[in-house]
Amino acid sequence: MSKQPEPNVSGVASEERSDFTRAENRRLRQRSLRLFGELTKPVRWRIALTGVLVVLGTMTSVAGPALLAVGIDQALPALSGPDRDWLPTLLVVGAYITSGVLGGVLISAYMRSSAKLSQAILFTLRMRVFRHTQKLSMSFHESYTSGKIIARQTSDLDTLREFLDSGIEKLVSGVLYMAFTAIALIVLDPQSMIPVLVSFVPVFFFAWWFSNSSKRAFRISRVYSARLIVQFVETMTGIRAVKAFRREDHNEQTYGAQVDNYRYANQKVISLFGIFDPGLKLMANIVMAIVLLLGAFRVLEGAMEVGILLAAVLYVRRIYDPVNDLAMFYNSLQSATSALEKISGVLEEEPRVRSAETPVALPRVAGALDFDQVSFSYVHGRPVLPNLDLHIPAGQIVALVGTTGAGKSTLAKLIARFYDPDAGRVQLDGVDLRELSNEDLRRAVVMVTQEAYLFSGTVIENMRIGKPDANLDEIESAARAVGAHEFIMSLPDGYDTDVNKRGGRLSSGQRQLLSFARAFLADPRVLILDEATASLDIPSERLVQHGLKTLLADRTAIIIAHRLSTVAIADRVIVMEHGEIIEDGTPAELISGAGKFATLHAAWRESLA
Amino acid sequence: MTNSRPRTIAALARVHPYVKGSYTRLILGIVGSIIGALVTMSIPVVLSWIVDVPLATGDPEQVVMAVALIAALGVFEAGLVAIRRWLVLKPGTHVDGKMRTAIHNHLQRLPVAFHDKWQSGQLLSRAMSDISTIRRWISFGFVMLTVNVITIVIGFTMLFVWNPVLGAVFTLLSLPMFYFGVRFQFRYRILARASQDQSGDVATSVEESVHGIRVLKAFGRSAFALDGFFDRADRLRETELNKGRASGNLALSLGASQAVAYGASLFVGIYLASTGAITVGTMFAFFTTVAVLRWPIDSIGFLMQLTIDARSALDRFFEVMSEPVVVNEAENPVALPAQSGALTFENVHFRFAESSTESPDLFRGVNLEVRPGETMAIVGLTGSGKTTLTALTTRLYDVTRGRILIDGIDIRDVRLTELRERVSMAFEDATLFSVTVRENVLLGRPDLSDPIDEVARDRAETLLAQALDIAQADFVYALPNGLDTKIGEEGLSLSGGQRQRLALARAIVTAPAVLVLDDPLSALDVTTEAQVEAALRRVLATTTALVVAHRPSTVMLADRVAVLNDGVIADVGTHAELLARSALYRHIISSEGDAPRILPEIEVITS
Repeated sequence: MSKQPEPNVSGVASEERSDFTRAENRRLRQRSLRLFGELTKPVRWRIALTGVLVVLGTMTSVAGPALLAVGIDQALPALSGPDRDWLPTLLVVGAYITSGVLGGVLISAYMRSSAKLSQAILFTLRMRVFRHTQKLSMSFHESYTSGKIIARQTSDLDTLREFLDSGIEKLVSGVLYMAFTAIALIVLDPQSMIPVLVSFVPVFFFAWWFSNSSKRAFRISRVYSARLIVQFVETMTGIRAVKAFRREDHNEQTYGAQVDNYRYANQKVISLFGIFDPGLKLMANIVMAIVLLLGAFRVLEGAMEVGILLAAVLYVRRIYDPVNDLAMFYNSLQSATSALEKISGVLEEEPRVRSAETPVALPRVAGALDFDQVSFSYVHGRPVLPNLDLHIPAGQIVALVGTTGAGKSTLAKLIARFYDPDAGRVQLDGVDLRELSNEDLRRAVVMVTQEAYLFSGTVIENMRIGKPDANLDEIESAARAVGAHEFIMSLPDGYDTDVNKRGGRLSSGQRQLLSFARAFLADPRVLILDEATASLDIPSERLVQHGLKTLLADRTAIIIAHRLSTVAIADRVIVMEHGEIIEDGTPAELISGAGKFATLHAAWRESLA
Repeated sequence: MTNSRPRTIAALARVHPYVKGSYTRLILGIVGSIIGALVTMSIPVVLSWIVDVPLATGDPEQVVMAVALIAALGVFEAGLVAIRRWLVLKPGTHVDGKMRTAIHNHLQRLPVAFHDKWQSGQLLSRAMSDISTIRRWISFGFVMLTVNVITIVIGFTMLFVWNPVLGAVFTLLSLPMFYFGVRFQFRYRILARASQDQSGDVATSVEESVHGIRVLKAFGRSAFALDGFFDRADRLRETELNKGRASGNLALSLGASQAVAYGASLFVGIYLASTGAITVGTMFAFFTTVAVLRWPIDSIGFLMQLTIDARSALDRFFEVMSEPVVVNEAENPVALPAQSGALTFENVHFRFAESSTESPDLFRGVNLEVRPGETMAIVGLTGSGKTTLTALTTRLYDVTRGRILIDGIDIRDVRLTELRERVSMAFEDATLFSVTVRENVLLGRPDLSDPIDEVARDRAETLLAQALDIAQADFVYALPNGLDTKIGEEGLSLSGGQRQRLALARAIVTAPAVLVLDDPLSALDVTTEAQVEAALRRVLATTTALVVAHRPSTVMLADRVAVLNDGVIADVGTHAELLARSALYRHIISSEGDAPRILPEIEVITS
């Protein structure tokens, strides 16, 4: 987490909390507002247009009571008069229909424009969160469960969508409706406006109370909704383990408890609104009665026309109509703010592994790797690599050997720049990895792990992750090279077979072959194989290894494999223990020695018998 | 109203089981709202009376009385709103809660085959946003729709009471709105469904991009994931825009029809008043009633949207809920004998439900007998079905023909929980959950993870320590919080070997009658593997076990080895026997092929 002089609410640190100090609250609000500002800036013209449409649309609908007053006070006497003058009546009716139809046109145009607006904002935000989470380092992903990211992208965005779809409309049309109605009322009868103005004082305090209590309730509701998603996703992703270990009852209990928490949070939110909404209604009705009382006496004194009084009362009633809308706007604003708080927290997280600002271009990569006094730890104070110096010349095939936890995978991940070292430098062809552009680095270095993740889609689509523009010939020859071609052809649609969710249709060995093939398709200068053949049966592995010699020719390769058969093709073996290199030499040298590797190798030979 | 087409009503009525018990509150809420609407509509009546009587006669006392009445009605109206909100609060959230737990629990019980087939984002969007949509409809949409329809009916009746001619004019000219509503419903229904499905796709994309983050990072292919996500998000945006367009069109047609109806009534009203057929007060009351009707009429469009959204959300919900739990409980379950252990495959056939009709069964008559206490290794080529065979033993999938027996009892006759208690599995991809190490290892032993007293706690600690010891998983003690360290989701922050050892410990700690291990040591280094094997032998000595093996070293754990090939068990025997008689076995398991090729020069040096 980046260091802040402010209390620690930066990034996702405070996500599970709902009680904040004033300063923390302010910072969270500023963060959400800043994000909202950034999102709305590119669409400000669309906002203006939408606003104009609402203004015009509202104006036309405000005209209604005024036209009714004109009808009663002028058109009716004219028509009742001796001349039976139809003109004022026709004018009033014509004006009414025109304004009504026009209002319909404007509201309809507004609705389309508003949909475009909210979709543009949502789309931008969605893409931004997606890009950002992709950019965030592995260290972030390892501690921030995937379910939470999914929660940010689904239920939090849904909340924002509700706000954008209806909230803003309610605000704009509500405020405008109030304003226009107020203006019409002032023009018609300024005195009736006084009770309305006075009533705004208690309304203000009432709204303030609602705001404070609902903010907290909404935060809690967001937290529980994310927890629901996290558990749901985990259960469904790990359904085999859930079933095999009879976890269903336990899950039902915990999920049920989460659902209850979420339900209580929602109830709290809704019941707050259940006080706020009728409270405003009460205020409105009392003011209307006061206006009516005062007006009626003025009519009795002859100081006011009946038509004016009726219109004034109607206007007063209508001034408060949008209060309900405004309350709902306020409600969804609070809800959206708490969602934006969470989303902006994720966006505030800085990738620890940053891409270089002015990258050193590396158009031709030879593939030499250097570790220069590198130290690294996942948890502070527990170094995995205390101080590593290692030079791997271009084109060398290196086998990394050592017990689990010796730091082999960490070393590999530093080359792939999943992490940056705490101190020291990792260099490719003499250039610090931190100075390379991500594109150059990824083109040069590819890592294949034991976990062979496949995306939903066809075999071809999964292979193309290695090389997006690969043609079918290239794909097929890569598959042949690792011995995956035969089983692919035996699939129902060959290379066009949908591999199903998470590659579920394929066995783990087949998935490994595919991920192996796509690595070769990528054709990197430096290839890291971290237990990439662990799930293969011996004949397949034999096939892969047979191909490896050709496939690895002219490449720098780091091979981590527990089966020492791989060592055979290595130019060099490095034995690691506790993050340090304890043996380094050609396979032959090490085997003939009396070190760790010689022992390991002997044990392995024995296991083959 | 217009959406009262029987099919939609029938579709929505399926929510009944979840609303059961909340009807009283809902109905009271609706009654309260209707009274509220009546109060709202009675205000114009009082107003018209004020205009026609006290203001005309100039009686201040009557004016005060009337205003007091209006004030009282106003307070009453606000009170009714409060009561209605309070009444419908619980039903909405209760239904929501019930449906959420129901879909979660049902999904958990659905067979693995179902989960293989469904995108997880589609499941998530059903469990989260669809249910929220339904909740909003029940506590708001349904109530408001009912109230508004009743308000409209009462309102129109009142219009006729004020003046039949005016009422008829207004009603006739309002009829086109029904037509627009029906037309809208057809168009919107398709869009609503598409939008919900596409939201599920977007969720799937997000989920895959996060779960596959290592691959994407390793290849620098975030752009690939981004493209897929862009397409799906873009499609969703397009649908949402179409929804906006459809709603806009409806608003236009409703607004225009209303304007025409209102204008024409105004014309007729002024005429009638001019002839003295109605009083100004009546005319005023008529138009105030029309004004009161405005919101209910306007809101019909919006409420229809909500209703259609809820209907298709319910459709999606029930698509999953009506999915039968294929792996079903026996009606009269048989208990497994206490010292059970013999595991028999009897002419087992299996095919994946979604595999194409022309492809042969994956298993075409597997026959295998694992004797009590025996350890049987399964070897076979990549893709031969070793993992699937192990999955059949705990009924993660059910055989399509034949039987699997434990001590002569068909496993389909045993209660599922009992079966899975007695048969314990370790998967190759060790799924860990984001709970503590302790909870992960004790996953299959809820009795131990939540001990009732000191004695039980000690016992739990002992068993846990033993299991971790056998699996050589003592690294957990060095984690920041030891056994109470929370593991990142899917155990991401542990290495593959560490995860495998935890999964192994998890399988052992249940002290099962039958232990099923799917290549449990593939990610371990040679030394650790040897240590685990040595420890595991002690367990396996007394436990019936089925072990999927890729390496000779794993095969060495077994008493006998079965060769799975081409959908049948091709041969069974000891390692030595098979090496001697089976060319296939030698091909699969023996390193003879590569050993000489690996180390020719080394051997020269060493010799």
